[in-house]
Amino acid sequence: MSAPLTSLDRPNSYIGRSVPRPNAKRLLAGRGRYVSDLRLPRMLHAAFLRSPHAHAKILSINTDEARALEGVHLVATGADLAKICTPWTGTLDHFKGMTSAPQLPLPLDRVVWAGQAVVAVVAENRAIAEDALELIEVDYEDLPIVVDIDGAREAGSPPVNPGSASNVCFRSQLDNGTVDDAFAHAAHVVEEEFSFGRHTAVTLEPRAIVADYDPAAGMLTVHHGTQTPYQFQDLYSRHYGIPEARVRVIATDIGGSFGMKLHVYHEDMAVVGLSILLGRPVKYVADRIESFVSDIHARDHRVRARMALDAKGEILAMDVLDLTAIGAFSTYPRTSVVEGNQVIRLIGAPYRFRNYRATLEVIFQNKVQTSQYRAVGHPIACAVTERLVDMAASKLGLDPFAIRAQNVIADDAYPQTSPTGYRFEALSHQACLNRLHELMNYEGLRAEQVDLRKRGVYRGIGIATFVEITNPSPAFYGVGGARISSQDGAIVSLTPSGEVRCLISVTEQGQGTEAIISQIVADQLGLAQEHVKVITGDTEVTPHGGATWACRGAGIGGETALQATRALKRNILEIAALILQEQPSALDIIDGDVVDAGTRNQRMPIAEIARIAYFRSDTLPPGTQAQLTVSHHFAPQGYPFAFTNGIQGCSLEVDVDTGLIKLLKHFIVEDCGRVINPMLVDEQLRGGIVQGLGAALFEECRYSETGQLMNGSLADYLVPMPMEMPDIVIAHVETPTADTELGAKGVGEAGTAAASACVLNAVNDALAPLGATINSIPITPAKVLKALKRF
Amino acid sequence: MVTNLASRLVSRWDLEETAVKAKAFSYFRAATIDQALDAHARAGDDARFIAGGQSLVPALSLRLQAPRLLIDITHIGELRGVGREGGYLRIGALTRHCEMLSEPLIAEFAPLLHAAAPFVAHPAIRNRGTFGGSVALADPASEFPAMTLALDAEIEIAGPSGCRRVKADDFFIDLFETALQPGELITAVYVPLFKADQRFAFDELARRRGDYALVGCGMLGTFTGEHIDDIRISFFSVGNTPTRVRGAERALIGARLDAERIAAAQGALEGDLAPPESDEVPPAMRLHLARVLLGRLLGRLGEGA
Ligand SMILES: Cc1cc2nc3c(=O)[nH]c(=O)nc-3n(C[C@H](O)[C@H](O)[C@H](O)COP(=O)(O)OP(=O)(O)OC[C@H]3O[C@@H](n4cnc5c(N)ncnc54)[C@H](O)[C@@H]3O)c2cc1C
Repeated sequence: MSAPLTSLDRPNSYIGRSVPRPNAKRLLAGRGRYVSDLRLPRMLHAAFLRSPHAHAKILSINTDEARALEGVHLVATGADLAKICTPWTGTLDHFKGMTSAPQLPLPLDRVVWAGQAVVAVVAENRAIAEDALELIEVDYEDLPIVVDIDGAREAGSPPVNPGSASNVCFRSQLDNGTVDDAFAHAAHVVEEEFSFGRHTAVTLEPRAIVADYDPAAGMLTVHHGTQTPYQFQDLYSRHYGIPEARVRVIATDIGGSFGMKLHVYHEDMAVVGLSILLGRPVKYVADRIESFVSDIHARDHRVRARMALDAKGEILAMDVLDLTAIGAFSTYPRTSVVEGNQVIRLIGAPYRFRNYRATLEVIFQNKVQTSQYRAVGHPIACAVTERLVDMAASKLGLDPFAIRAQNVIADDAYPQTSPTGYRFEALSHQACLNRLHELMNYEGLRAEQVDLRKRGVYRGIGIATFVEITNPSPAFYGVGGARISSQDGAIVSLTPSGEVRCLISVTEQGQGTEAIISQIVADQLGLAQEHVKVITGDTEVTPHGGATWACRGAGIGGETALQATRALKRNILEIAALILQEQPSALDIIDGDVVDAGTRNQRMPIAEIARIAYFRSDTLPPGTQAQLTVSHHFAPQGYPFAFTNGIQGCSLEVDVDTGLIKLLKHFIVEDCGRVINPMLVDEQLRGGIVQGLGAALFEECRYSETGQLMNGSLADYLVPMPMEMPDIVIAHVETPTADTELGAKGVGEAGTAAASACVLNAVNDALAPLGATINSIPITPAKVLKALKRF
Repeated sequence: MVTNLASRLVSRWDLEETAVKAKAFSYFRAATIDQALDAHARAGDDARFIAGGQSLVPALSLRLQAPRLLIDITHIGELRGVGREGGYLRIGALTRHCEMLSEPLIAEFAPLLHAAAPFVAHPAIRNRGTFGGSVALADPASEFPAMTLALDAEIEIAGPSGCRRVKADDFFIDLFETALQPGELITAVYVPLFKADQRFAFDELARRRGDYALVGCGMLGTFTGEHIDDIRISFFSVGNTPTRVRGAERALIGARLDAERIAAAQGALEGDLAPPESDEVPPAMRLHLARVLLGRLLGRLGEGA
């Protein structure tokens, strides 16, 4: 622990300690309360008819037979919902010049991707609703389809949105004006074009929503499997014209989200409208195929990049073009350009060079929308940068560790600004590089590799440094006009029995938010963790805040809890001081007891203080008003983001006859600042790495030329499974941020950020003696065999 | 070809039809073969037998199939059991995939099936899926149907017009099309008993353990020393049906198993296989993988596999 916050030998000092998640047992025992399982009285079920065409005009919709089916309560089209819901547009002001067409829950006259919901049916149960779908007739007239990036950019390409001049959603450029000169004087230049497949989140529990509009009270309650209940409270209120105080969004247990459940989905908006039209609760749970065709996808980038170096291997400059296709609309309210924006800003981030130019072009096409998913942009930026670094190393005859050691920003050189304008408070690339070298027994792996090659076994070793964006300030969304909070709020109370309840705006998706908040509260108050109850995810109960996304739960939510608890502790000690006739500063709380700060001798339990304050206030000095509930908000200040860093390494084996890749071992050294719960941090890293490995080798949404998703089922879309996953070895460096008392930064995306880059480098390392290279993710057997010219 | 779940189930992919709830159907639990056949006939053949349900239930939920009647055959005693009958091992249609792993008679007398079983799906599916269901469905990417070819097995079929036995060689006709007529039931599969002078080998190439293979192969050879008297080699995931590679077999029969013969057999595959277009595994790649796999398996056979 680099900056002692509490002495760890004290009882109830929980920061830095691996304690199990209090909710883990409940979920394991099948006691989770997921929206998918929710049944309300009088609840009806929605199902959606979807477009089989990637782009078509809707000529007519005939719903007569469906309406007549017994058990059907409502059949609604785009026109029906447009009467009660205002349209939304997925743009933000700080992305200058970006465009996107307005969206409605269901389309009025045109479908823009295969799988788009067109008609909603609400019935007694899902089976009847699905029966009714079969009775609906929609006449379509095919329109020209735009599927691939090149087609979409061609002059004269049919527009995805009629009336627009081109299919460009957004263009952005970063240029410090010195790049051409740097390349002209470079001793070495490496260049490659990379492609990154589309993939998607595949949460265990699909999207689920129960909207419950009560016309008598004018009150909308939405049970929503989401990370961000406040954002949805705001959106449902504004788009359906219901006062915010009469919209309640409850996000209880959720079976995975990874960013996917942050966005407005057409079906979800429709379900709210359906409930308003019917005055009854309406439930919709996406099935797996619907998830594949309507959940946001991510990545889908093509990046051309080059790097200039001097004769000794010093990186001089990078020049980048990122093309990304995002579907027919930009998502709301966070847009679909954040990923591209982060790609061009994160490229080269670990390194010292200053000359940088990048162009981003975000393009519309007839596919489902892409948007923010775990590690937004990071894996692409990391793979592009780190592959070029490896290419440069091999050109110069340098070892991958050596070239990185030579070029990373030195640990003692902070604060620093990246060539793209990011401000780094303090990172630890050198310490991480050194630690990884030893952790993975790099020399041993290299020796083994040489040995095995003699026997025709092709092992590869890859490393990848990364920088992760965490603890976002309003610079992320707020400045663009989105009503997405970057602050959090907490209400902590001492209960009459001397326990603590903490209502907090950050939410729990299984990563352990509630666990770390209870650790921080228990630690700061001086109380056993089991006496702290943390409550999240209900806009009518918990204070307004950003909730959980972009790695902010520990860094911002944790600091909120810390400050709120310190305030509560001050209030408790004030009362204690009155009772004990002491100075508050002479007292402390340890293990639920007020003690003498100096001697730690027990004076009285805090339960006794609560008893007196709540039930015998008459015994306190006149004029005393005990404040045993404290509310506190915290917004990050100082650096706009808390950047973290780390490095990953892996060892794998390529079967050069079949193209199959066996992952042997994966390593990560990570610096997320203060580690609150090492076990949870390690599991975040492991889960993130596994998702990154899925992207590296397996996951891809494959489309036909007619814009049909070809592999929209779990039999065909390959997610990473235990048999294919390697052991993951983890180590930490801790550089706490000085912007908060807690010093924590985010860790949720670090694993995903660099895992695929690491594998890409390792596969290329394995294939190097055979003269083959790979520049495309996922790395499939077909790509490997093609590179090896085996067919 | 077999690249997605829907086409695997009924060779159709139509987004408009996505669903999670089956259409309403009637259910009948048959106690005897006759009852099952009779129920099928009375439903005007708008019926399906259900065994393990591991292929049928997903197809129903997706509404890719919507029969009026499901006839549950899992309580028909005559379809159960594994036993020796003359020179054959009779494997009842209801023998579950997991029993292929646990049943000693199968390990002893049909070891190729025993070797293939761990590659069929995952434990939960193996606990329910049946051998008869797998052969009846005749998924070209499935392990067991292809192994019936390598084993020269015979499929016993009960139908309205009585009982018959069809050689595996004559059973698989086209994509999901077999010699089974509507309303007919597979009752058992007869596998010639494994002999002391025989060797077998099985393997498949898959991106993840338990997935349908990119290419798979099983083989059964009869040897005198290193001399191949006879060999049957069957591939799966290479075309519309499980496929015996007769050209490769011919290149091996009557010869000693050596590097040159293995190369000749690999060379013959080009004439034996015509892998279909696929967005993920181009035909030339599949052929390449088939050659690699054949080479590896023959190598193992040479080592006395
Ligand atoms: C996730 C998943 C992965 C899988 N992976 C694999 C794999 O790797 N390899 C593989 O081979 N299989 C795989 N399967 C399929 C599985 O092996 C099925 O069990 C098998 O294909 C069908 O057997 P069943 O008993 O479940 O048949 P059912 O699903 O009950 O029936 C399938 C069809 O056969 C008919 N039928 C069943 N029994 C008979 C009979 N006795 N006579 C006539 N017709 C009959 C039914 O009417 C139906 O049309 C997988 C399944 C799943 C869900």
